[in-house]
Amino acid sequence: MGVDNPLGDNIITASLDGLVNWARKSSIWPMTFGLACCAIEMMATGASHNDLDRFGIIFRASPRQSDCIIIAGTVTKKMLPVIKVVYEQMPEPKWVIAMGACACSGGIFDTYSVVQGIDEALPVDVYIPGCPPRPEALLFGLIKLQEKIAKERNSFGSTIGLGERLEPAA
Amino acid sequence: MAENNRAVVKLRERFAADIVDIKEFRGEVTVTVKKENIVAICDYLKTALAFNMLTDVTAVDYLGQEPRFLVVYNMYSIPNKDRLRIKAQVGESSCSIDTVSKVWSTADWLEREVFDLFGITFNNHPDLRRILMTEDWVGHPLRKDYPLQGPDREPYKGRLS
Repeated sequence: MGVDNPLGDNIITASLDGLVNWARKSSIWPMTFGLACCAIEMMATGASHNDLDRFGIIFRASPRQSDCIIIAGTVTKKMLPVIKVVYEQMPEPKWVIAMGACACSGGIFDTYSVVQGIDEALPVDVYIPGCPPRPEALLFGLIKLQEKIAKERNSFGSTIGLGERLEPAA
Repeated sequence: MAENNRAVVKLRERFAADIVDIKEFRGEVTVTVKKENIVAICDYLKTALAFNMLTDVTAVDYLGQEPRFLVVYNMYSIPNKDRLRIKAQVGESSCSIDTVSKVWSTADWLEREVFDLFGITFNNHPDLRRILMTEDWVGHPLRKDYPLQGPDREPYKGRLS
């Protein structure tokens, strides 16, 4: 191409944001936290047949080591304070996936004891419909979250205290 | 049929004044009683007739009728392999009944559940607190006049509302 290549084929150039986003989206560590039947599908997604590990998704048993929480099931008003505490214990940056009809909207449980969608309390990034969603649907939702993370701007600058992290609109 | 039941015959002898109704449906015997002597009745059933297991305590809300509530005691006799259901009438104005937790200690938590969801107080109960709903909950959700979607929401009026 007529361009000097003094360093050989051993380097690639990229934006720092691109590098940080690539690292984050390739190592989503969700909180081990299940609430109802959706949690069974979540476990099935993590098991050998669908194997979340191949996306770098490893369930962590502590919110301190997690950067994603999958709200997998019906959120009762009694459980909501517990979920809020777990979410607040997670370090930034963190993402929320509402898995299934109950977490999205309360689902069939239109009653006094059930929260009508976890988005009343937490900022949800990805909504996954289904009752419960099949593992394929959860995988699709997680890939959507990866795409969203990849589009974030100033993800490195905000980490070292320069401005806000800019999340994509949709 | 129910008249020949072993427990019913004995209850008729001792607590004739308290018995309101006796029913049998598909082999299940139900005795409705007044609430005043419930502890004596339960104690007699356990000690003399060997109903040594209290399977469940629950309640039914007949809103608009008097007495409004029936507190239901399902019991089982392990030596005799026999079941019996006792229902006690509880009115809305004096919404309380004596505890049977001295007879069967399992009644402690079962009565707390009835108190939590129906608002029926159990006199002399050792620890009458809510057991399912949060401590700061207002109201008793299984009462028929409790709004299904909670008091803080507009009631659902169909899909197009």
